[in-house]
Amino acid sequence: MTAALKVLAPGLHTTVQDLGRSGYQAIGVPVSGALDGFSLRLANALVGNPFGRAALEVLLSGPTLEVAADTVRVALAGAGASLAIGAERPRVLGAGQSVTLPCGEVFQIVPGEQSACCYLGAEGGIAVPLVLGSTSTYVRAAIGGIEGRALRRGDVVPLGVACASARAELRLPSLPPAAGEHPIRVVLGPQQEYFTAEAVAALLGSEFRVSPNADRMGMRLDGPPLRHRHGWDIVSDAIATGAIQVPGSGQPILLLADHQTTGGYPKIATVVSADLPVVGRRRPGDRLRFVGVTVETAEALCRDAERQLAELVTALDPVTERQRIDLGSLYGDNLISGVVTGLE
Amino acid sequence: MKVRFLAAGDRALVVEFGERIDRALSAEVLRLHASLRSSGLAGVVETVPTFRSLMVHYDPLVTTGTALEQAIASLLSREPGTRNTGTLWRVPVCYDGEFAPDLAEVGRLTGLSPGEVVALHSATRYHVYMLGFLPGFPYMGDLPARLALPRRADPRVRVPTGSIAIATTLTAIYPYESPGGWHLIGATPIRLFDPERAQPALFTPGDAVQYESVDPAAFASIKTAVDNGSYQIASEPIAG
Repeated sequence: MTAALKVLAPGLHTTVQDLGRSGYQAIGVPVSGALDGFSLRLANALVGNPFGRAALEVLLSGPTLEVAADTVRVALAGAGASLAIGAERPRVLGAGQSVTLPCGEVFQIVPGEQSACCYLGAEGGIAVPLVLGSTSTYVRAAIGGIEGRALRRGDVVPLGVACASARAELRLPSLPPAAGEHPIRVVLGPQQEYFTAEAVAALLGSEFRVSPNADRMGMRLDGPPLRHRHGWDIVSDAIATGAIQVPGSGQPILLLADHQTTGGYPKIATVVSADLPVVGRRRPGDRLRFVGVTVETAEALCRDAERQLAELVTALDPVTERQRIDLGSLYGDNLISGVVTGLE
Repeated sequence: MKVRFLAAGDRALVVEFGERIDRALSAEVLRLHASLRSSGLAGVVETVPTFRSLMVHYDPLVTTGTALEQAIASLLSREPGTRNTGTLWRVPVCYDGEFAPDLAEVGRLTGLSPGEVVALHSATRYHVYMLGFLPGFPYMGDLPARLALPRRADPRVRVPTGSIAIATTLTAIYPYESPGGWHLIGATPIRLFDPERAQPALFTPGDAVQYESVDPAAFASIKTAVDNGSYQIASEPIAG
């Protein structure tokens, strides 16, 4: 038997993602990869994988999966997300802890209210072939993942290992802070001079809302229109992830993982890389504020975020027998048998 | 040449040579693209050439924007090294009937007969300025001035794969079916992008493209050869 997860229900938009496909933007291939790379890396760390292994990215509504392997160790990362394990009377296991499930177990991924996305890591990773150096799914060109598309009912998601290794489950000692209310930090430019001073002030002084018009390419933001100084057509140039481009309507579009590599609208500002996971978690209707920082500050924030993730991963606790019993009393008897199955 | 350095967040730096679509600017962009590829500067992840600028994607855990600016300024101050080289591709195009849904309209808008549009379009050798929009989508120019038209007021939801299109001073080929607002005046059966190939995109910025008119029967036989993997597109090396 090839170890796999069977897709009983696909969820709204569930795709295989890793940390992205760099090196091909010069030929028009977007980077793709997880919207929230921080949570993808945590999900992998919780199941003992290297950070960049292929995992499932779940957007807004989650899939129902069935274990078609001897055992599989999985972990969910994403604020407020949980696993509902078992077809009848499901028991709930929160994000931030690994669990080993036996063959035939059915589980549903339930994203949290606080985040648009969450990640299911599986020990050994999702075993799909590399396309241009990455497993990430890019739907527009049907590249990567499972046939280059979102999961469908009946799909078989291959796993890298046939059974979970014998070791303790891991959990986060404390959940990382949820989405966070701090303003999103941006570096102005590269084309802020195409905008009026009022537009720059409005970007940094107003509240925006994520419109329903949001996907992996980008999110349109509702708020005060950002006016151009003269015209909104530029000779196409390249786009960095996190760029806030403003077409003629004045309604900004924050560009995310699947954004085109080039484009012809001016970019008023670019979200700092440390805040890209925070932006990726925002749901339609969520509020956003922006604050300007220098490039040097943004680079320092990137190093800080990397250090925080490393500390979090170093601090992952093995789940002790006692904790397992405590959890059992919380989640019901079935979970205990589930966890023990994988350990012995 | 005077350049401007523009920050695009903490992971990308734009080296801007100008603000126009211009062959001389393109040559500068492509020269820096090649020289950064061969120089192996620490922390440079990849570089993306466009009409008039080069985006340098970098890893802020390895380098900084300031350090890169200095390194790039020093690269640019040196004597230009080797000339750009590239490949001339001879692309078969069928300009007939269903393959050219906008040919008649382009004729009307330009005051030319459809035959004159085809003759002008296929008599020009185009420069591949950049790839973008979709994997393998080439932005090529410059069109003969008489063919320059704004984009369609009413973009199509579906432009078929292989469509040959014109808009503004440019011509392009759609590697995938996608929405699009350019005028469609022909189609090619060749495959522009294939992630399984050693070189996934057929064209590289700096290459040249010459369209060669073929009839529907030739289109069909080339398509069969493309589909079974036996087609070899005609090409030759060029000096930039």
